Amino acid sequence: MMRDQKLWSWHVAAGIVILLLLGLHMTIMHLDATLKFTSLNPAGGEPIDWANVAARGKMLFFPITYVLLLSAALFHGLYGLRNILFELDPGAGLKSAISVILIVSGLGLLVLGTWSAVASFDLAR
Amino acid sequence: MSDATAKEILYRIRRFEPTRDRAPRWQAFTIPRVPGMTVLDGLWTIKQTQDASLAWRSSCRMGICGSCGMLINGRARLACNTQVSEIDAAVIVVAPLPNFDIIRDLVPDLSPMFDAHAALMPYLIRDDAREQERPTGEFSQSPQELERYLQFSYCIKCGCCMAACPTYATDPVYSGPMPLAQAQRYNADGRDGGFLRRRAVLGGERGPWRCHFAGECSRVCPKGVDPAKAIQLMKRDLVWDYIRLRKEQCPAAVMSKPKAGTRRPDIPEPPPRTV
Repeated sequence: MMRDQKLWSWHVAAGIVILLLLGLHMTIMHLDATLKFTSLNPAGGEPIDWANVAARGKMLFFPITYVLLLSAALFHGLYGLRNILFELDPGAGLKSAISVILIVSGLGLLVLGTWSAVASFDLAR
Repeated sequence: MSDATAKEILYRIRRFEPTRDRAPRWQAFTIPRVPGMTVLDGLWTIKQTQDASLAWRSSCRMGICGSCGMLINGRARLACNTQVSEIDAAVIVVAPLPNFDIIRDLVPDLSPMFDAHAALMPYLIRDDAREQERPTGEFSQSPQELERYLQFSYCIKCGCCMAACPTYATDPVYSGPMPLAQAQRYNADGRDGGFLRRRAVLGGERGPWRCHFAGECSRVCPKGVDPAKAIQLMKRDLVWDYIRLRKEQCPAAVMSKPKAGTRRPDIPEPPPRTV
């Protein structure tokens, strides 16, 4: 009976994580000229330049935040999608099927994204 | 505003008699316009002079009982509380409250709303049943504690908020704004200790989670109650509860009676009790 209370609380927590990490992303990508992140952009120029991306790729902090952001975004988005679909008043069987499909696709995307983050970290090192 | 100088006014009313009609139909009535006339007055005029079979619910005629909620020109309102002159149209279009089955004409079946209301235990829950049955004093409550729930207690259960709610329109499991606002009214009451019992229902599918905060419930409420706010406060309380940050409410204790004083000599004795 308490399932929705738990899921909603995690939904809100995931939203806060997304807000913080997207804020960090926007700051690094778009406020570089103002804040001068020399350690994050050692090659100078644009933050999106290959040399800067490769330099950041060697830092453990980034793959960790990629996986965290991916987890939060997947949970937040897929739970929201589940709510929208449930409001169409599907039957109990269809509700279970929707939940299973969303969980499986979410886990699949999380594994794929985590593998990409870890592989790119290995490659950069 | 409708033309206040017109001598007559046209009503279009949705009719449905389940034993005879296969689907609802519209019927038009023209009645004399009287200054100060409410939509409910017009319905009574139609019933008395043109069609005695027209059915609706009403009782107090003063926005207290919550019986005459209906859809008037596309908005859920109380017929007794709506002046004909305040409707911005040449025709008064009246239909039963949406989101409910129709019993007959303008009479909706409100039993799902009252079932959901009862399921959320809209009453004080305390351990001291004896004190509630045979009170020995008053439960302590400060004006600030009263403010936490007072506006939600003005609800008259007319069902207008339920008729306006887009989520309740599609999701039969969702309890709807009235029952949820009333559950919050008691959860926020300092005299109540029933949060955990209500949480067993509110934490599941019948809780506030499907609310999109459209706010229509608050816009249409004829008593100025803000059910949308109650639902957001309830969500906040339940999230705090899940992460163990909700301050547990200790139901207010019975206030001790004032100690015996000395009567001033210039105050006369009260008259003897007659009852």
